[in-house]
Amino acid sequence: MSIYLDLFFTFAKVGVCTFGGGYAMLPILQREVVEKKGWATDEELTDYFAVGQCTPGIIAVNTATFIGYKYKGILGGVLATLGVVFPSLIIITAIAAFLSNFAEFPIVQHALAGINAAVVALIASSVLKLGKTNLKDAVSIGIFLVGLALAFFLKLSPVVLIVCAGVVGYVARTLAGRKEGSK
Amino acid sequence: MTLLRLFFEFAKVGLFAVGGGLATIPFLQDIGARTGWFTDTDLTTMIAVSESTPGPMGVNMATYVGFQTAGLPGAVLATLGLITPSIIVIIIIAGFLQKFRQSKTVDAVFSGLRPASTALIASAGLSVAAAVFLSVGGLEEHTLSIHWPAVILALAVFLCMRHKKLKKLHPIVFIALAAVAGAVFQF
Repeated sequence: MSIYLDLFFTFAKVGVCTFGGGYAMLPILQREVVEKKGWATDEELTDYFAVGQCTPGIIAVNTATFIGYKYKGILGGVLATLGVVFPSLIIITAIAAFLSNFAEFPIVQHALAGINAAVVALIASSVLKLGKTNLKDAVSIGIFLVGLALAFFLKLSPVVLIVCAGVVGYVARTLAGRKEGSK
Repeated sequence: MTLLRLFFEFAKVGLFAVGGGLATIPFLQDIGARTGWFTDTDLTTMIAVSESTPGPMGVNMATYVGFQTAGLPGAVLATLGLITPSIIVIIIIAGFLQKFRQSKTVDAVFSGLRPASTALIASAGLSVAAAVFLSVGGLEEHTLSIHWPAVILALAVFLCMRHKKLKKLHPIVFIALAAVAGAVFQF
C-alpha cells in the first residue's frame, strides 16, 4: 500500500478510536504509531503534545499534522490530518441527519460513562509509559510534580506551564553544564 | 457564500483556540451569536453528541455545526477550515524543529517541556477521572459520592493494560467492552 494511503488510514483508525479530547487519543497513538508503525517514539509523541497544546488549533489535529510531517513531509502532514478528521465527517453527518437526539438516549449515556472509565485507565497506563522515558532525573520529576499540581488544582494555562517548563529545563541544563565545566 | 463563510469562521477558531476541543466552545458561542446559524441550546446538543461519538471532540463539533448550517458541504468546509491553520502552523514549527534538532539549546528546552507535557496529560486524565468517579449531588447538592462501578471498571482495564498478554489487545477492545459494561450495568 502506498505510504500516503497508509498514513491516511492509520490516522482514520486513530480518529475512530478516540473518544473525548485530544488526550484520549494518546493511548491509540502509542499503539498504532509508536508500537505498530514505528513512525514516532514515545519521547517524540510527548514533544508533539507539548507543542500541540500551546500552538493554535486543537491538540488532536496538531499532533496528527506533526507526526505526518515528520514521517513524510508536507503531504504526509496533510494526509495524516485529513485521516484523523475523516471518521468524524461520516459519523457526525449521519447522526446529525438521522439521530440528533442521540446523546439523550439513556443507553448512550450509560455506554459513554463506561467508555470514560476505560479512557481514564488507558490514559493512566499511557502516562506510566511516558513517565518511564521522560522522568529520569530529579529535575524532570520535580517539573512533573509541580506541573501536575499547577495544572490540576490551580488550572494554570497549559501555554504558561509549557513556556515556564522550557525555561526551567534550559536553566537546569546550563547550570549542570557549568558545574561540569568547573570540575 | 455561507460555505465560504463557514470555512473562514472555523479557520478563525482553528487559529485562535489553543488546546483541546473544549477550548473551541467560547468561539462557537460567539459564531452562533453573530451569525444566527445556531442557538446556545443547539450548541449544547452538539457538545453532547460530540462528546459521545468517536473522533476528537473539537473536530466533531466543527463537523456538526457545519452540517447544521449548510448540510454535507458545510460539514466538510467547516472541518477543513478548522484544520487549515493547524496544518500551516505545525508544518512551519516542525520544519524549524527539524532544522535545530542538533541544537543544545532546543534540546535543553525540550528536557523541561517533556515532563511538563507528561504532567498536562496526567492532569487531563485526573479531570476525566474526577468527572467519572465522583458525583456531587443528592438533595443537599453538597454530598460527594463515589461511583464504585466506574472505579472497578477502570481498575480492571488498568490491570489488563499491565498484564503481560492482555496488554497486546488493541485499546479499542477495552473501550468497546467498557461501553457494553456501561450499558448493561447502567452506569
